[in-house]
Amino acid sequence: MEEIVNQNGAVTEQLDAATDAEIDMRLVRENHRSETVGEMTVDDPRMICRNVDVYYGDKQAIFNVSLDIGKNQVIAMIGPSGCGKSTFLRCLNRMNDTIDICRVTGVIKMDNQDIYDSRLDVVSLRASVGMVFQKPNPFPKSIFDNVAYGPRIHGLSDSDTHLNEIIERSLHKAGLWDEVKDRLDQPGTGLSGGQQQRLCIARAIAVSPEVILMDEPCSALDPIATAKIEELIDELRENYTIAIVTHSMQQAARVSQRTAYFHLGKLIEVGETDQIFTAPRHKLTEDYITGRFG
Amino acid sequence: MQFSTLILVLLCFMVLAYYLGRRRSLNLVSGRVRDLHSLPSYYGMQTALWCGIPALLLFVIWVSFEGAVMTGLVVEGLPSEIQNLPVERLNLVLNDIRNLAQGNIVSRTVDETMQKASDHYASLKKISHTALFVATLALATMGGLWARQSITHDQRARNRVEKAINFFLVSSSSLAVFTTIGIVLSVLFEAIRFFQQIPITAFIFGLEWSPQTAIRADQVGSSGVFGAIPLFAGTFLITLIAMVVAVPIGLMSAIYMAEYASKKFRDLAKPILEVLAGIPTVVYGFFAALTVAPFFRDMGASLGLSVSSESALAAGVVMGIMIIPFVSSLSDDVINAVPQSMRDGSYGLGATRSETIRQVIMPAALPGIVGGVLLAVSRAIGETMIVVMAAGLSANLTANPLEAVTTVTVQIVTLLVGDQEFDSAKTLAAFALALVLFVITLALNMIALYIVRKYREQYE
Repeated sequence: MEEIVNQNGAVTEQLDAATDAEIDMRLVRENHRSETVGEMTVDDPRMICRNVDVYYGDKQAIFNVSLDIGKNQVIAMIGPSGCGKSTFLRCLNRMNDTIDICRVTGVIKMDNQDIYDSRLDVVSLRASVGMVFQKPNPFPKSIFDNVAYGPRIHGLSDSDTHLNEIIERSLHKAGLWDEVKDRLDQPGTGLSGGQQQRLCIARAIAVSPEVILMDEPCSALDPIATAKIEELIDELRENYTIAIVTHSMQQAARVSQRTAYFHLGKLIEVGETDQIFTAPRHKLTEDYITGRFG
Repeated sequence: MQFSTLILVLLCFMVLAYYLGRRRSLNLVSGRVRDLHSLPSYYGMQTALWCGIPALLLFVIWVSFEGAVMTGLVVEGLPSEIQNLPVERLNLVLNDIRNLAQGNIVSRTVDETMQKASDHYASLKKISHTALFVATLALATMGGLWARQSITHDQRARNRVEKAINFFLVSSSSLAVFTTIGIVLSVLFEAIRFFQQIPITAFIFGLEWSPQTAIRADQVGSSGVFGAIPLFAGTFLITLIAMVVAVPIGLMSAIYMAEYASKKFRDLAKPILEVLAGIPTVVYGFFAALTVAPFFRDMGASLGLSVSSESALAAGVVMGIMIIPFVSSLSDDVINAVPQSMRDGSYGLGATRSETIRQVIMPAALPGIVGGVLLAVSRAIGETMIVVMAAGLSANLTANPLEAVTTVTVQIVTLLVGDQEFDSAKTLAAFALALVLFVITLALNMIALYIVRKYREQYE
């Protein structure tokens, strides 16, 4: 088996060549090593993360996180502020690359392709792993141009009619079409907060990603707008894999199938959402979800 | 007695009043500060203000009216044949009397009347100064003592001091505003005098500029034509060249600094770039005149072009270099003001850096950049030293950057340098030019500030 030297000096076998059986073997070992409680793996993963460490300069923000993200599932990441859940999420489409001092080690694979491989084009990765941010951030352009931004830079449409189709479909999927179909040429910044966030979701959907990462997408929204987004997340699950970071445990319970609890940069527990919220196995998880801490 | 001494003594009085007032307030409540309405220092400041301000006001009023009153008194004492002289002549005589009293050079032989008047003037001055000294200090003492006496434990000293501070701040800022208005008005009135001699249409639409007016009828080559178009054409030509140099370079370096450069490089390079802004314009001027202009001329010669040694190109290019840091630091601010979430949104969709800059950051930052460029344009239009040294004096109406042109600022300088009579059309033309220049740069600044402000609102 070919071996590569990781940035942090640890020797890791390249997963490319590994068979399923070998991955399982590795997991046994890693389970032993990491403190994570629960089922890190799923039967049908879209993304596989192994031994992920993240450093900001000298400071380590994520410690040895291994986690699978299942196909057409919603996985919620919860935990107190500063626990690294957003940092981990941003590793999944290499958004951390935009921070100079940030360094990621370990293996993150998507459909058997290491996304931190130097040969991989980060542009195509981000086209297939879309992201929705905490604060709605529509571009100061028209609603149409906001959604058309991704398809245009990736050359996804052959003609104007095709582009129009993509826009309409994306806005439909984001549940925004009926509200904006008569004013597509107006600025996206003029919409309400909830509409802006759905516009950002439509913008992400327009490039046909496989995975959508959401970093506290409802934290800047009112309860009604939040309910709409949660409904939308549930619908999107049919076609997309979704990883969502949230501060609201109710939200995690409502929208997700699996839940991962982070604490001080470590993945403490991961499992079926029902199980995490009804019968947490780790003391820290229990303290957090019962509100004794955090 | 010197005025500066008086002011110094007054300041000492104020310091003393501060301590007196402060001590009195403390004595009133036997040291329990809690029983006072305000902190003791406020009582001190209140006393000091009462001591200083009426006295200072008296001082200012006294000094501003002293001259007029004294002149009147001296004139009264003069023989009637001098009193009946025309105003200008009388002023000359008074000037001599003053000079004589101060021991300066006098323009005529000193006769007895003069000597008497001068002595009269000197004694009046002495009396006035002594009286001023006494009156001011007496008023200061009285004000301070009265304020100290009137202190009670529930006097609202803090509120009064705050009000006084507020008043000081308002008057400081209005001073700047009034100065500006004063400058504008003085330029305006002189310009109006110019337009009484030369029709305004001939000035604004005239195609020929030749400000030498004939002093004698038989002089040649002194036509006195005041058509400002060649000057403004030259100004805009040089400004255009400067902008062609400064805007692309400044903007691209701003983009590099804001989006690409590592923090280390930025910390190093930005101050170096801003050194360009700190070079005195006179240095740019001789750089343009002695290095760049000959370079362009030689290069033109080797290409078979005839380039004037005072070409618009040389002045414009050097001015552009001077303005680069201006454009780049303004654009840098604007680009940095585009929220990080915009970049994240764009990167998150898989856009590359240049795509993000072209399609998200630039459109968002454009209004601010346009505002910054307009500010730079008004700076270039008003720039003087470089063009005085590197641009020509001949008012050619041409669009060819290889020829010599002249600018409005250069002409203002040449019109006013040296000994000039201030009532000829030639010198008054400088004010008319300044007025038009002022209107243009003011309009540019206002448009620029409007655009910048409108843009700022977008992300709040």
